Amino acid sequence: MVRITLTVNGEKKEVDVSISESLLHVLRDKLHLRSVKANCYRGECGICTVIMNNRLVKSCQVLAVEADGAEIITVEGLTRDGKIAPIQRAFIEKFGFQCGFCTPAFVLAGHWIVNNMPKASEDEIREIISGIVCRCTGYKQIVDAIKYAIMLAHGESG
Amino acid sequence: MGSKELKYIGKRIPRVDVDKVLGDAEYAYDFELPGMLWVKLVGAPHPHAKIIKIDYSDALKVPGVVRVFTGEDFPFKVGIYAADRDVLAREKTLYYGHPVAAVVAESLEAAEEAASKIVVEYEPLPYVLTIEDALKDNAPLVHENLAEYKHAPFIYPKPGTNIAHHTKLRKGNIEDGFAKADIVVENSYKEPMISHYYLEPWTGIARVKKDGTIEVWSSHQSPFAVRNLLALSLGVPITKLVVHHLRTGGGFGGKAGLLLEHIPVLISMKLGGRPVKLRLTARENFFFMAQRAGYLIKMKTGVTANGKLVAHYGEYYLDAGAYADYTVNIARAVGLTAFGPYEIPNIHVDSYAVYTNKVPTTAFRGFGMQELFFAVESQMDELAHKLGMDPVEFRLKNVFVPGKSRTAINELLRKDAGAPAQAIKEAAKLIEWNTPSEKPREPWKIRAKGFAAFWKGPFQPPNATSSAIVKLNEDGGVDLLIGTGEMGQGTTTGLVQIVAEELGIPPEKIRVAPIRSTDMVPYTWQTVGSRGLFTDGQALVNALNDLKRKIRAVASKIFNVEEYEIEIGDGKACVKGEPEKCVELKDLALGYMQPTGITIGGPLIGAGAHVPERNVLTHPETGQILEEGHLAPFYTFGAGAVEIEINLLTGDIRVLKVVSVFDTPALNPGLAEGQVIGGAVMGINIALREKLLFDVKGEYKGLFPEGMLLNPCLSNYIVSRAADVPKDFKIKFLGVGQSDAPYGAKGIGELAMLAWPAAIANAVYNALKIRITELPLSPDKIIDEIKKKRPELLEEAEKFLELNL
Repeated sequence: MVRITLTVNGEKKEVDVSISESLLHVLRDKLHLRSVKANCYRGECGICTVIMNNRLVKSCQVLAVEADGAEIITVEGLTRDGKIAPIQRAFIEKFGFQCGFCTPAFVLAGHWIVNNMPKASEDEIREIISGIVCRCTGYKQIVDAIKYAIMLAHGESG
Repeated sequence: MGSKELKYIGKRIPRVDVDKVLGDAEYAYDFELPGMLWVKLVGAPHPHAKIIKIDYSDALKVPGVVRVFTGEDFPFKVGIYAADRDVLAREKTLYYGHPVAAVVAESLEAAEEAASKIVVEYEPLPYVLTIEDALKDNAPLVHENLAEYKHAPFIYPKPGTNIAHHTKLRKGNIEDGFAKADIVVENSYKEPMISHYYLEPWTGIARVKKDGTIEVWSSHQSPFAVRNLLALSLGVPITKLVVHHLRTGGGFGGKAGLLLEHIPVLISMKLGGRPVKLRLTARENFFFMAQRAGYLIKMKTGVTANGKLVAHYGEYYLDAGAYADYTVNIARAVGLTAFGPYEIPNIHVDSYAVYTNKVPTTAFRGFGMQELFFAVESQMDELAHKLGMDPVEFRLKNVFVPGKSRTAINELLRKDAGAPAQAIKEAAKLIEWNTPSEKPREPWKIRAKGFAAFWKGPFQPPNATSSAIVKLNEDGGVDLLIGTGEMGQGTTTGLVQIVAEELGIPPEKIRVAPIRSTDMVPYTWQTVGSRGLFTDGQALVNALNDLKRKIRAVASKIFNVEEYEIEIGDGKACVKGEPEKCVELKDLALGYMQPTGITIGGPLIGAGAHVPERNVLTHPETGQILEEGHLAPFYTFGAGAVEIEINLLTGDIRVLKVVSVFDTPALNPGLAEGQVIGGAVMGINIALREKLLFDVKGEYKGLFPEGMLLNPCLSNYIVSRAADVPKDFKIKFLGVGQSDAPYGAKGIGELAMLAWPAAIANAVYNALKIRITELPLSPDKIIDEIKKKRPELLEEAEKFLELNL
């Protein structure tokens, strides 16, 4: 067992982990952040995506020990003082979700794009989110939501 | 309803299940109870084998292991339409992955470790992996004891064969029909088994309370179907069974009936009621959970020289896998549907579900219709080409006319059944059918358009009823109690809009509980077949009418007028024409106290039901309806068209444009477009890429275990990604409603998927003059076909490649 420190949604957490344990396991099963979803555990579906040190990562592909000292954002951390983030408002207004099981991953990917690539073209948005699988929406309303969130956060000029 | 302007219906009202975006939606996958045990299943490594011995002594030594169960612990069969399924395999295993043992442990890790220590000795048996092999005279039998299985009265298994069910349809006189035909087209169409790949792997949790109450939390579409089937399978009383419906992470038909809920229930019963969780991994979901059947559709269709369909002969075979589950009823659905939305006087169809030694199969969005229409709509184009007639014109010449046409089972379509011809015309207009595709800049690419029409209703028994309850709250808000499953399709939001419109209150003041339990919400048969909004919506309209009657009764006493003089809207009940005489609904909700204290009314609750109108059964020998009526409470009609681009060098097909037209109005364009786009992307991916791979020819003998599914992961089972789907969608709802539907709206969730394989195959023909009758239309298949049938195209294209080099 190794003790690691994570800053998760702004809060410092110390966790004892085994050297083979994934960040996904720590987030879901030790810190009980159940917005982080799981499906394939092999980096194919992308629905366990979180933001780590301002990068999008598939948390099943990150060893917990690699994440030592890292800053992690999950969907639980997007709502502050009862106010939802622009990306969440956009997903709601643009019907960017259906069954919801992939939604937290897409919301975080969208949040990252809003903050880091506000001038992203539609093709760039599609490329970035292609690491995450959605079986319900056909992606269009997800892409629409991300474009709309960029507008909400940065105004028309984007 | 009438002509007054609608405030919430037809509007883009946001979904009610926003917990999914906020991160606290609760799925069975996530659900846990204190003291919960974990189950791990052990699957067989052979397609068909006798179980000689199961040794789990080492498994029991793993710390934390509680028990190991095998088939002999549960000596009975379960199933939906036919009880053909062992809880855990007994005596023999029927497919690669067939669960033979269940390990129960204090932790998932301990259960996993122990499962790897179970040693099973098998004696391999001869097996069948294809429909063709399963139907041979001396084929190994998947179920030798078929004659002894209990089954629903409308299911006809053939003991001594691998036929799980046979449906017959006989209309008119088939010989006379073909005698009148000037042109006959005969073809065989094939689709492989595919996977739903919903993102929440199947999960079930169960516990038994000391008073005998069995509680189940599972990933399902229809809580009442799970309750009913569990009660039937296990012989427990309905009133002792509570099924909780949480958020469901995708279903697409794959979570329609009873899945593996009986396993955690039975284990909990054996372990003193302790909570037990069985959660599959994505990989296990391919092996343990039912997939979609494969199809072999043989058909021969005759038409007169002037373009009238006169005869249709079909043999439809569904590869059901080892347990037929819903697939027997899907075989019935495709058999009784027989053909597309066209009138044919003489039809002879036999439809079969066939057992093979492969993973069991079940419903998939469309209930067989996408597969049937791939054949039918390809056939329609072939007939049109032979006639020298435009495919759209040929369809219009034969399409159903509501109020006049009779379907294959002899239903007279109701006058307000829909607008099939209008949908075809509109789709042709939107794809600019008569304008040829532009030539792509790269000369090794070729573009063309393709067309397909479709129709479908929910394939449900005549007594598939629904109910709804609305409770008025003291803030003027409403609790909506409904048994509808929500797996992403959005029905609950549509139902909330109906409440909002009828009472004139904003959707924010209407609550649908995110967890709905069978002992708390009223009954609805199932959430399948795109029926929810129509049937549960009608029950809800009736419940709202009941509530309004009660509101009027109280308000009329307050104002001393007759009940009919009270009108309800904007959250108030007012005397007609006297706007100052109003009482707010919130003041009536719990009982209205008059100035002297005397209280009238009371907590106001409305209840309503829906029973399908004149839905009837069909004759077992002919498939014809037993008396004038309908098989489904509604049919939705529509048409789809695509423009595609084929790369002649790679065989890759890109869908550039998608046109999707439905006759029904949309209650919420945002939700409806989501269904249409999601369905199109799924249907297009099925057309181009999806296939569960089995080594049917023995090509990989020695490399992989025999009979194993070879692509149980997303690296090899290809689902679509954001970068490789069409972006250009033209969607239209014609607004032609059915009179008894809530605000006219009929279902579209499944319909959204039906056109695409046929439309793309027709576009491929229009581009290459090659008819491909087997899915998927994968690059290797396209290249193979070009090499075989149009080698000059490839030679031409390769010239450009050389030039570029």
